[in-house]
Amino acid sequence: MPVRNLSAVALLCLALTCPAAAAVDLAGAAGQYRIDPGASRIGFAIDQIAGRGIAGVFANFSGTIRIDGQQVGRSEVDIDVAPASVSTGQQRVDDFLRSNAVFDVAHEKDISFRSTSVKALSDTSATVIGHMTARGKTGNETFTVQLDSQSKNRITFRITGKVLRSRYGMDVGTPIYSNVVDFEMRLTATRQ
Amino acid sequence: MLYNTPRAYGLVTILFHWCIAVLFIGQIVLGIIMLRLDDQRRVFELIQLHKSIGFVILALVIPRIVWRLAALSPDLPAGMSKAERGAANLSHAALYGLMLALPLTGWVLVSISTLGIVTLAFGKVLIPNLPLAPSDAAELLWSWVHAILAFGAAGLIALHVGAALWHQFVRRDGLLVRMLVPGREEHTGGTR
Repeated sequence: MPVRNLSAVALLCLALTCPAAAAVDLAGAAGQYRIDPGASRIGFAIDQIAGRGIAGVFANFSGTIRIDGQQVGRSEVDIDVAPASVSTGQQRVDDFLRSNAVFDVAHEKDISFRSTSVKALSDTSATVIGHMTARGKTGNETFTVQLDSQSKNRITFRITGKVLRSRYGMDVGTPIYSNVVDFEMRLTATRQ
Repeated sequence: MLYNTPRAYGLVTILFHWCIAVLFIGQIVLGIIMLRLDDQRRVFELIQLHKSIGFVILALVIPRIVWRLAALSPDLPAGMSKAERGAANLSHAALYGLMLALPLTGWVLVSISTLGIVTLAFGKVLIPNLPLAPSDAAELLWSWVHAILAFGAAGLIALHVGAALWHQFVRRDGLLVRMLVPGREEHTGGTR
């Protein structure tokens, strides 16, 4: 096969395998989406003053994402997380996190986040500010959102943020364990 | 009067005795209570306090043992039988051993725990774990060792206190007061 034909084949493969990456942008993803928990992950980590910290995930959560195509800043995000679904890989830690010391799942069923403003940082990233409510306390939190991939009906974001657990009466264990909870989420949502 | 004489305790010995007695008895009571509470936040905080006090006891017991070996010890009250003297010496040696063994087994327990929670004494001083490999089986074993030694210590303390009261109020040889007032000698005219 001539070299020229080989190059054409390579370009064709590239075009076929990477169409989404080339097309990703927030405005182009306008629409209403529902988060798919099976394809998503909400992870968190808390450092310890020495030694290993605590890292875990929440298995049960739900939420919607509405991206405003005209004004990305008017987009909205609502997420509810079931703290009872926390998992760290250690049953004793899970039980402690579910107890009255931290999430108090016997009385508090959800941790919610409702966005109040969205600021576009680029075509594919934004800062989402909103109200987080946990254990009856509400605070303003900020998350950074990066659009990872999108197709016709599905969209995936990578979300990071730091939350001070003392705001929500969950500061047990400080200063042995950091007051800062590092969230790292990958949320895949399906267009409604 | 700082130093012991052949018939009386000095201030150093008396301070060692009562400081460690209060901490040691308090520590046993705390250890029993802290694991029986429902409030998991309080449990966590009391366990950290228990660890902190344990290291204070360890820091006091080592110089106390050195002091006990290096300094003159007052004679046991006159009129005690050979068997009573043997029992008294044995129980005192066992108490010293337990005062050392309990903080050390606690340190082993903390170090070997799969929870990996370090000790930050009184929230200020980081005390490293011993270089031991954490395992659930070893943690269970050492928690039993620690508990059995603690209950053994509680029994021995009860015996020690009972014997001191018996000396003070039945034999009337002033043994208890001798450990309260520096330089106070026993009464030689006991009523046995």
